[in-house]
Amino acid sequence: MKNPENFKYTKEHEWISADGSVGIVGITDFAQHALTDVVFVELPQKGKNLIQLKTAAVIESVKSVSDVYSPVSGEVIEVNEKLLSNPELINKDPYGTGWIFKIRFENKDELNALMSSEEYTEMMKEH
Amino acid sequence: MCNAADSGMKNTPLLETHKKLGARIVGFAGWNMPAQYTNIIDEHITTRTKVGLFDICHMGEIIASGKDVRKLIRKVMTRDMESLEENRAKYSLMCNEKGNVVDDVFLYRFASNKYMMVVNACNTKKDFEWLKLNSKGLEVDINDVSDKTGKLDVQGPLSKAVIEKASGDNAPERFCHKETNIEGVQVIISGTGYTGEQGYEVYTPWEDTEKVWNSIIKIGRDYGIKPIGLGARDTLRLESCYSLYGHEINENTTPVEAGLSWTADSKYEYIGKPVISKQKEFGTEMKLAAFEMTDNSIPREKYEVVCENEAIGKVVSGTYSPTFKKGIGIAMIKRIHAKVDSAISINIRNTVHRAKIVKRPFYHYNGGNVK
Repeated sequence: MKNPENFKYTKEHEWISADGSVGIVGITDFAQHALTDVVFVELPQKGKNLIQLKTAAVIESVKSVSDVYSPVSGEVIEVNEKLLSNPELINKDPYGTGWIFKIRFENKDELNALMSSEEYTEMMKEH
Repeated sequence: MCNAADSGMKNTPLLETHKKLGARIVGFAGWNMPAQYTNIIDEHITTRTKVGLFDICHMGEIIASGKDVRKLIRKVMTRDMESLEENRAKYSLMCNEKGNVVDDVFLYRFASNKYMMVVNACNTKKDFEWLKLNSKGLEVDINDVSDKTGKLDVQGPLSKAVIEKASGDNAPERFCHKETNIEGVQVIISGTGYTGEQGYEVYTPWEDTEKVWNSIIKIGRDYGIKPIGLGARDTLRLESCYSLYGHEINENTTPVEAGLSWTADSKYEYIGKPVISKQKEFGTEMKLAAFEMTDNSIPREKYEVVCENEAIGKVVSGTYSPTFKKGIGIAMIKRIHAKVDSAISINIRNTVHRAKIVKRPFYHYNGGNVK
């Protein structure tokens, strides 16, 4: 699966799709592959203030527990409640219906410092 | 945890085969082992509904024989093995003087004075030394044949058909074993397993293991056979509440605490019996209990168990159950909280999640019924 070109990426395999000061966050196709069968997602609370690259959510597969870091600092304004009953959406559609939360952020520098699709794809080649 | 003491990982004869199949290789008890090939849920369901093939070559096999071997067996096994007939196999524990578990084993009787013990990979050396130590003054030969013995498990409701086609022979009954052939290779097959399904364990000469594996895969294709990794092996055994050394049992746990009192039935004096008999009579403060989450959270090893703000124990095994589609686990908790239907809570990332004690096992031995 191709990493969408207009998204930004972290080294820890999260993506953010930003529009103005609001971003949608999820995990990359590589990350969902590595986790395999996602069976539980712990979402952040709406209204919670997140710090860049600190734990925002938790994803569990049958045998593993993994933290999801927030790509930028800001306030959680919406969470994908569909994941509570259909956590497998993260496997099926990591860049679409498998999104995890929406964040309102102010610091554009944090966003700009993240990797572009090209840079992320390049980093993954070295894996 | 169950960690091997020796450095440097060992490989089974099938490592390259697993890699070609796209397996994820992980370290387990000092061995490079396949964790999963496709994904754990798929492999778990395949074993529950069809048939799965497992590389279990890491497990240890120790042969004990000689004039006094029955004396040794009586002394080290908690279970009454005098009743074990030739060509049959039985589960037992070995305990130390404190009544704590040295290992859990499957004991095979080959002949009147010859037995094979199938032991945990992480304990093979320890068990060998333990048997040697307790053979002093006895006329017994103890041989660790783990490096010469491959082991493949064929498990699932269609396993009998696969085994019979592969060997051209009747499959052994449950807890029985026989010598037979697969693809011209002499093997021992037993009607045993670690999944809660009808199944077989196949012992092969180390160098012929790949040949037997390939033959079973080829014949099993018509039955939907798939290779299964250690990930699904763990979820399968946990649903069936089979103990895993380093989790449910270890050198700090007695059979009574582990809910395995039924394995401590020897009429003879065995090592650990005074402590175990006393505990059987008077009970223990702590006890293993099976529980299921009442929300969709997943318990994991080492999570704290609480009841009305009091810490009452720890989770020793926890997982998402592919069969029941919920979080299940086994916890070592204070006995007074271990009654079936008791409400407990599990501390997951500093949030308390409700759970309830249930009857063991979660999944009852299925005996070959096709679902």
